[in-house]
Amino acid sequence: MKKVMMGNHAVSYGARLSRVDVIAAYPITPQTQIVEELSELCADGKLDAKFIKVESEHSAMASCMGASAAGGRAFTATSSQGLALMHELLHFSSGGRLPIVMANVNRALGPGWNIWTEQTDSLAQRDTGWLQFYCENNQEVLDTVIMSYKIAEQLSLPVMLVLDAFILSHTYEIVDIPEQEAIDGYLPPYKPEIKMDVDNPHAFGALVTPDHYYEIRYKLQETMDRAPEVARKAGEEYGKLVGRPYDIVEPYMLDDADVVIVAAGTLVSNSRAVINEYREKGIKVGLLKLRMFRPFPTKRVRELLAGKKKIAVIDRNISFGATGIFYQELKAALYGQNNGAGSPDIFGFIIGLGGRDVTLEDIAEIVDYTLEKEKNEEDIIWMGLKR
Amino acid sequence: MNHVDIQPRIPEPELMYSGHLACPGCGASLAMRYALKALGNNTMVIIPACCWSIIAGPFPYSALGVPIYHTAFETAAAVASGMKAALDQQGKSDVTVMAWAGDGGTYDIGFQALSGAAERNEDFLYVCYDNEAYMNTGIQRSSSTPFGAWTTTTPENHRKERPKKDIVGILAAHRIPYLATVSVAYPEDFIRKFQKARSIRGMKFIQILSPCPPGWKTADDQSIHISRLAVESRIFPLLEIEHGEKYTLNLEPEGISVRDYLEAQGRFRKLSEQDVAYIQNEVDRKWEMLKRQVS
Repeated sequence: MKKVMMGNHAVSYGARLSRVDVIAAYPITPQTQIVEELSELCADGKLDAKFIKVESEHSAMASCMGASAAGGRAFTATSSQGLALMHELLHFSSGGRLPIVMANVNRALGPGWNIWTEQTDSLAQRDTGWLQFYCENNQEVLDTVIMSYKIAEQLSLPVMLVLDAFILSHTYEIVDIPEQEAIDGYLPPYKPEIKMDVDNPHAFGALVTPDHYYEIRYKLQETMDRAPEVARKAGEEYGKLVGRPYDIVEPYMLDDADVVIVAAGTLVSNSRAVINEYREKGIKVGLLKLRMFRPFPTKRVRELLAGKKKIAVIDRNISFGATGIFYQELKAALYGQNNGAGSPDIFGFIIGLGGRDVTLEDIAEIVDYTLEKEKNEEDIIWMGLKR
Repeated sequence: MNHVDIQPRIPEPELMYSGHLACPGCGASLAMRYALKALGNNTMVIIPACCWSIIAGPFPYSALGVPIYHTAFETAAAVASGMKAALDQQGKSDVTVMAWAGDGGTYDIGFQALSGAAERNEDFLYVCYDNEAYMNTGIQRSSSTPFGAWTTTTPENHRKERPKKDIVGILAAHRIPYLATVSVAYPEDFIRKFQKARSIRGMKFIQILSPCPPGWKTADDQSIHISRLAVESRIFPLLEIEHGEKYTLNLEPEGISVRDYLEAQGRFRKLSEQDVAYIQNEVDRKWEMLKRQVS
């Protein structure tokens, strides 16, 4: 069934189709409608879940941990300051191997107060052991919630899906809602082998000495290493089910491209539109869309960007004292291979912090800059900065 | 006497095992033993950062015969809320979920989550074993530390001048269905209250005064004696409060001098006569208030 809905409600419908057992959430702009809609669905009996109206995001994640540890399918949503408040428990939930799914609406961090989109909130959580997926449109948002549970529960790791504030969260688009029956076949009820169980008592999360801790961390990384393939298969299987396949990275007009844009979230859509214009003029520009950011899809990125000469990374985020975060990650993936021979020049653009509009002209300027420059000269190329 | 009642009032099955890592004389270890005797094995325990994070034993060991979820310092009440919700969804509402936190995790860092859960009337039992300071990190003051007590962050020349936070009054103000105080020196009362808590739906809160020999500077064979002095001196009344309104005093001791309780502990050794008189006055005043609430 097709329905016109905002990105936030696409998240809610995704959670409903995933038949979540427990939702614990706290309001924060621009995420609030996700949990408002879920609250309505629970109240109306359209979703058989317990909704815990916690007193903070920190408690939202803690409640999800308790629910997941007892074998429940747990969901929450947050944004920006709320995600930052949860930080401690992001480590706790991944370390506890709990397949919680959370939607994060990308919003800038204060001060000053800014409710508009920026990727720094979620990217700053990159070392917490959560998988991260960035969504381009509302359809992808709904589908990614469902796929996230599929992936999370196979890996026993939590998954965060990310959507841009307002550009997706509050924007209405046509979204195809899959049949519940189809999703039930794709995503069976969560039946963990190990959980809090009075008939089989264990201690979870107990003190771990250096004798064991190191190996437990290794196992988490080992699971992360398997995640790209698990996620790829989950996207492929989902595609067979509903006719919309997803991959962890998605190339667009990449094969013959002289300049490749690398982007995530809604910046991808802008980039596609600009690429189409350049292609009409015979200029070979391509795109690599990063859906998965954690684990970083290094192998696929290396394969797809092999032999490319120039790459333009668009970051709506910044790691202060360093550079844009996607730029760092891409450099880390592509350099250090074959003694660096044949590595492309990578241009790092920072744009649109705090929700400043990113236009097609801005993207075109990025492409032109990258085409013109012989090689990269600076670590940050600031776009649209009022100096 | 012709008839001797030999019915055991303390359940015999043990769900806490030897090999735990508590200090000798630890009130909190005895408290857990009694609590699990009362609740039985259809129980899940949530332990935030506290002495019990250590006492329960390191991976892969466990000193308890029930499942334990070790969690972050400030999260006991929120984790318990989520766990109970998942169990309800699975039709396992008969499982008792018990959050088991120290005073730091209850009065201080976990206070927000506790207040939230109490206001929502979540269906679990929150237990605070109250040893009146951050003992696991080596005796730092918490908002539960009483007036005048020595800790490493309230040294004798810079002691705690504020009274212990009234956690019972605060929880009563949340009008939760059941609230009680218990002492390891009164095991029958202890067991009865835990069993009563288990039978009630909604939020339950039990405070245990939990002597800590290293922190209170007492000999490790004095914990029961000191627990008893706390009750007899009316410093720690044994009570129950239902729905924030119905107060019951379970024991009305004649009221020995607070001096007997204070002098038994090294942490109070620098109190002046004036301090002791002030503490006595405060205890008397609160007792009178409590008596009014009971009637």
